[in-house]
Amino acid sequence: MIRSSVAERNLHLLFPLPAIIFVAMLMVFPVLYTFSLSFTNWNLTSGMPATFVGLNSYARVLTEPRFLNAIARTFAFTVFAVAIEGFLGVAAALILNRAFVGKSLAKFLLLLPLVATPVAIGIVFNLFYDPTIGLANFVLQAVGLPPGLWISSDKSVLPSLILVDVWQWTPMITLIVLAGLAGLSEEPVEAARIDGASEWQIIRWVTIPMVMPVILTALILRLIDALKTFDIIFAMTGGGPGYASETLNIMGFKYSFEYFRMGQSAVVLVVLFIIVFGCSMGIMKLRAASEL
Amino acid sequence: MNRKFLSSAIFYAVVIAMALIVLFPFLWMLSSSFKTQVDIISWPPKIFFTPTLQNYEKVFGEQDFLKYFLNSTIVGTAAVSLSLVLGLPAAYSIARFTQRKLAVFILLARLMPGISFLMPWYIVFSRLNLMDSYTALILSHMLIALPIVVWIMSSYFLTIPPEMEESAMVDGATRQYAFWKIVLPLSGPGIITATTLSFIFSWNNFMFSQVLSMEKTKTLPIAVYNFLSYAEVDWGGVMAAAVAIMVPAIVLTMIFQKYVVKGLTMGAVKG
Repeated sequence: MIRSSVAERNLHLLFPLPAIIFVAMLMVFPVLYTFSLSFTNWNLTSGMPATFVGLNSYARVLTEPRFLNAIARTFAFTVFAVAIEGFLGVAAALILNRAFVGKSLAKFLLLLPLVATPVAIGIVFNLFYDPTIGLANFVLQAVGLPPGLWISSDKSVLPSLILVDVWQWTPMITLIVLAGLAGLSEEPVEAARIDGASEWQIIRWVTIPMVMPVILTALILRLIDALKTFDIIFAMTGGGPGYASETLNIMGFKYSFEYFRMGQSAVVLVVLFIIVFGCSMGIMKLRAASEL
Repeated sequence: MNRKFLSSAIFYAVVIAMALIVLFPFLWMLSSSFKTQVDIISWPPKIFFTPTLQNYEKVFGEQDFLKYFLNSTIVGTAAVSLSLVLGLPAAYSIARFTQRKLAVFILLARLMPGISFLMPWYIVFSRLNLMDSYTALILSHMLIALPIVVWIMSSYFLTIPPEMEESAMVDGATRQYAFWKIVLPLSGPGIITATTLSFIFSWNNFMFSQVLSMEKTKTLPIAVYNFLSYAEVDWGGVMAAAVAIMVPAIVLTMIFQKYVVKGLTMGAVKG
């Protein structure tokens, strides 16, 4: 009886404790380890132990054009992908936000890209983009345009990858915004209609402002994930041609598991971590502030 | 009346166009999986062809596809089950004792780039001789599943009125007992949502398995990816493999559609 009351009083510690220990072991400790490796020049293939070199690995990696390009590319990929997804996703949600025959089927179809295995999707789009047998060029030629090189050219590879991301993740924005729209009260819309507002005016000045917090959250979730996009890029181009589609995530992966330059890879991972962590924390702060 | 008909005709045309854009890669994948290599590489792309099952026979016959299928199932099931064991009490505690910092701490595992854990895991698991082991793979997939479980369940527990447990506790039950006997039995829909979503995310995971698994524990996404590394890509085989890997996730989504939508949209729609 007494023992159970001790447990009872400390339940707020005991209940989450296993999960906390697990996350500490598999996330916190590894991140700290990565951080400490970034001050070494450890190369796994050399067979030499790690030596402390201070900021040398940082000095080397941070000045490398390949790394600077990867940062710029990571942001370019994220900004364009999320902007297009936001625009199309919200537009689709506004269109679908009414009762119609087959709405439940439409929502099911929207789920498909979200649950489809990204690697497999990447491979399907590889076939689609193939310059000699792909459907993409067939479509271009059918409408009288010259064939493109898609992911085989360093000029078009990034937009081609963004297109795949847009195809896969726009439905998520649509579903989130649809759920947000479903929770809105009808009254402001009715009031605006009685005041003689046009459909477009109602959407622009009543509906969108009301659902804005939901749109923002959807975009934030996408933004954080887009910064980390890996599967599609790795499966479709592996960062190529050359380094033309290499983002920080891909570069970190190659440095770790292809070149085994753990010290330098740790620098890349620390930078990526700081970018994602900074974005997440900033956004959470903003959200917490706006919830009040 | 005519105008109304016209506007709804336009509406349905737009909806059908959107559906086709969403469906098109799936349809192309499905049709290619029934094509011979000759049909796939023919130009212009063939819409009508004589279907063949040879790609599926190859995938399930020559390849150890069933083994990879089993591996994905084992890893996903174990990771999700263990995540529920760790995550349900944690989520309950977050909900009832409003532990926001703890919630953020566990959610960080969902937000942070996986590769910043993966590189150190690789070093540690190699030292511990755990490369290509189910243990390492399940642990890594738990880091995918646990935040999803905590995220979904901590909101779900908030929808269960605390009076339910409190009245039991007034009658002398401990809170642990009330959690076990009163709260959990009421949490079916939340647990279904969390289980389905975290299983799908584990099933689809590529990066962790690509590094931590080899021949023994290889999961499906890696097997599908490996098809690409052959000198000449066997497109029919890859497409059949891609279909095979997606079917379970899509079937789960079909069965639990309501829950999957809820899980994916919650948190954004405040709850």
